Amino acid sequence: MANLSKKDAPRLLQAYQQMVTIREFENNANELYLSAKMPGLTHMYSGQEAVAVGICEALKSTDYITSTHRGHGHCVAKGADLKLMFCELLGKKEGYCRGKGGSMHIADQSNGNLGANAIVAGSVGIATGAALRSKMLKTSDVAVCFFGDGALGQGVLYECMNMAALWDLPVIYACENNLYGEYTHVDEMAAGSLTARAEAFGIETHRIDGQDFLAVNKLSEELVERARNGEGPFFIVMDTYRYHGHHVGDINRAYYRSKEEETHWKTDRDPILILGEVLLSKKWATQSELDEIQALIVKQAADAVAYALDAPYPDVSEVDMHVFAE
Amino acid sequence: MRNITWSQAMNEAIAEEMRRDETVFIMGEDVAEAGTPFKVTSGLVEEFGTQRVLDTPISEPGFMGLAVGAALTGMRPIVDLMFGDFIYLIMDQLANQAAKQHYMSGGKLTVPLVVRTNMGATRRSAAQHSQSLQVLVAHIPGLKVAMPSTPYEVKGLMKTAIRDNNPVVIFEDKLSYQMKGNVPEEEYLIPLGTANVLSQGTDITLIGTSSMVQVCEEAAVKLAAQGISAEVIDVRTIAPLDDATFVNSVKKTGRAIVVDEGHQSFGVTSEIVARLNEQAFYYLDAPLTRMGAMDVPIPFSPALEDITVPTADGVAQKAMQLVTGEL
Repeated sequence: MANLSKKDAPRLLQAYQQMVTIREFENNANELYLSAKMPGLTHMYSGQEAVAVGICEALKSTDYITSTHRGHGHCVAKGADLKLMFCELLGKKEGYCRGKGGSMHIADQSNGNLGANAIVAGSVGIATGAALRSKMLKTSDVAVCFFGDGALGQGVLYECMNMAALWDLPVIYACENNLYGEYTHVDEMAAGSLTARAEAFGIETHRIDGQDFLAVNKLSEELVERARNGEGPFFIVMDTYRYHGHHVGDINRAYYRSKEEETHWKTDRDPILILGEVLLSKKWATQSELDEIQALIVKQAADAVAYALDAPYPDVSEVDMHVFAE
Repeated sequence: MRNITWSQAMNEAIAEEMRRDETVFIMGEDVAEAGTPFKVTSGLVEEFGTQRVLDTPISEPGFMGLAVGAALTGMRPIVDLMFGDFIYLIMDQLANQAAKQHYMSGGKLTVPLVVRTNMGATRRSAAQHSQSLQVLVAHIPGLKVAMPSTPYEVKGLMKTAIRDNNPVVIFEDKLSYQMKGNVPEEEYLIPLGTANVLSQGTDITLIGTSSMVQVCEEAAVKLAAQGISAEVIDVRTIAPLDDATFVNSVKKTGRAIVVDEGHQSFGVTSEIVARLNEQAFYYLDAPLTRMGAMDVPIPFSPALEDITVPTADGVAQKAMQLVTGEL
């Protein structure tokens, strides 16, 4: 933080707005579920915004990301349109996947988002393969693979990290340790050190505070640049927290985590409040300016929801379209 | 016309497509200097280098995943899966990732890749290196499945598979790598989804996949000696399946035996028989008949293994029963 100067103010305000956008997107998605307007379930990203925004603000639109079942944050941070996202969540024709993917499969290839993935660690191969393509075609595109602590239990992660290290691929493995894989604490599921898993392959690893946008973004800027120059792969563990349950229907959570713990993260460790404090203390924004951003995003999200609710479903003739490509 | 081996024909298909399109590359275990255990890819690394003929660790799910990612971002990977039995290892990447990306993205993402692998028993390789698992793949919407029967077929189908914009799995019978056959010098492609009528007949239709095509042809010769006229059809691709060619043939002959080396129950043969039943029922003179591998893990002992798979004698005998009505 010491190295920040006034010229950083616009991009920090932009990042702040992006984090607020994710939070508001999720608040609306949750409301759509609770009011029975959204088919199925969805997994809330609220609380983890500094990770998605901190990393994606360091990427170009031509860089690739792969996402997870908890993927709305990555999608927004990589530049997606809220209307098209809500349309997809509601199964509407105008959605990013014409309503065929839903929350867990939103892909936005025009911004380099190769898609959310409903298989834990299912996209590790995809991200690593995108990095292989960058190396083969000698482009400078970097791939970031987002996954949660739960993915540390999947063997394919280690197979892919091994190949990425053998072949010096420009991929960053971004482990969002939100402490719980579904309904079980990471300490009960992952033996030993989290970072040592990647160190064993000779991959440079980092473990940082995932609630601190500045920390995530600074490290990301550095690692993305180094990956472009052929120094990848990298592995980052970001300690973070999901405010909601595993999914929107996971309401009674006391059997696996306490109210006190949730309150602590929401009040003392909130990534939006933390960045807001920086902006206020540096006098790069006033509280009323932050409130204006909040009000603007609340309106944008509400408009997007209204748009999506009114949007048409796909015609039934689309059911067997896109099984095969031409 | 030239007479070359299956391995040479496959090798030519890969090399020609790699010369034609720089996004084509092959990855798998020991595909480079070793040229695979069956020496099918020998010489490719010398021409194309280790970047495009990529030796991988023994990590089938991992490198299959990399291929999906490379395909999604504009490459055309060929995944060399050393044994068809390892399909089980790559199933998540193949079925949950590759097969569904185009559909789940509403047509925005495409996964143009080929998995080349093998099938077939009677090589004394026991239960984990002898399976014919094509039906597992054909069951999944979004995947195409080719089952070539000769060197000519493997070259034409492989080249088409590489140019296809979908994931295609091509199964080669391990016993066919040294089979010789006529293959033209000039380029040709064989479309996916067209069966091939190899010989005309009037009494019964014998429908085969992969090396079971030769079993059917041999059976047809035996039947001809008995005065029975068999029509032989090479299925070529089980996904997509060319129903019309089978149906038209069976409408003419009134009888059919479908032969595939996968386990008989819930198999490729069951699917083809079901379609014939739906589309040619009123033309039938005998029950539609399936012949597949016995529903047992493939045993090691030659005394046991050889009786698990369909043979020409077995097909001819069954055909004779169907034609004479002596069931």
